[in-house]
Amino acid sequence: MEGETSQVIFYLLSFVIIVSAIYVVTLRNIFHSALFLILTLFGVAGIYILLHAEFLAAVQVLIYVGAISVLIIFAIMLTSQLANKEIKQSNEQVTVAIFVCAGFLMASLGSLANTVWKLTENPLPEDNTLTIGRLLMNEFVLPFEVVSVVLLAALIGAVVLARKEGA
Amino acid sequence: MSEYLAIIIFLFVGIGLVLFTFFLSRLIRPANPYPEKTQNYECAEPPIGSSWIQFNNRFYIFALIFVIFDVEAIFLFPWAVAFGQLGLYALVEMMIFIFILLFGLFYAWKKGVLKWV
Repeated sequence: MEGETSQVIFYLLSFVIIVSAIYVVTLRNIFHSALFLILTLFGVAGIYILLHAEFLAAVQVLIYVGAISVLIIFAIMLTSQLANKEIKQSNEQVTVAIFVCAGFLMASLGSLANTVWKLTENPLPEDNTLTIGRLLMNEFVLPFEVVSVVLLAALIGAVVLARKEGA
Repeated sequence: MSEYLAIIIFLFVGIGLVLFTFFLSRLIRPANPYPEKTQNYECAEPPIGSSWIQFNNRFYIFALIFVIFDVEAIFLFPWAVAFGQLGLYALVEMMIFIFILLFGLFYAWKKGVLKWV
C-alpha cells in the first residue's frame, strides 16, 4: 500500500481507538465501557496490520478481542447488579489525576522526541508467521516450553481460586 | 497489503448495511409505541424482573480456562505454518508443550471444576 493511503488508514484507526478509549473511561454503564474497550483493542489490531505485523494482529484479535473481552464481560455479568447500574467513573481526585497525567504526557513526549529511532537495514520478512514459527522451534525453544509451564501455573492458580470460592 | 483492502471494504459494507437497514425501517414503519409493545419479549408471557440478571459464577472458571487454551492455540499457528520446514523435532517440541498443558486440564478435571452443578 502506498504511503498516503496507509497514513489515511492510520489516522482513521487512531481516531477510532482514541474516541472509543475515551468512551471506555467516561461512560456511566460499565457494560458499554467493556464493549468500547473491545473496539479499542480491535483498532490496535488494525495498527498492527498497518505495521506488517500480521501474526501480532491475529494474536491481538484472538487473545484480546476474543478471550480477554469475554473474561471482562463475564466479570461484569457475574457481579451482581453491576451490568445495568449507572456509575460515576471519576471522584474527587480528578484534578490531581489531570496534573499527574499531564506530567506523564510531558515526560513521555520529551523522551519520544529525544529518542533516535533506528531503522533496520534488513528488509522485513515476507511471511512473519513462518519466521516466528521457525525461530520458536529452533532458537527460542526453551522459552517456548517455559511458556507452557507459565500457562499451566495460571491454569492451576485459576482452579485453586475457583475452588476456594465455590467451597 | 492490498488484500486488506477487501477486508476494509467488507467492514464498511457490513456496517453500512446495518445502518441502512435501521434507517430504512425507521422511514417506512409507523411509530406507535405503548407499554405492552416496548416490553421485553418472553414468549408472549409478561416478563418478570429485569433482563440484567446475575449469571452463575461457574461461568467464570470456564472463561479463564478458555483464555489459557486460547493462548495455547495461538502458539499452534506459527508452528503449523513452519512445520513443513521443520520436521520431527518440531513435532516433539509441540507435543511436550501440549502435554504440559494437558496436565493442567487433567488437574482441573480431577478437581471437579469442569463439572456443572
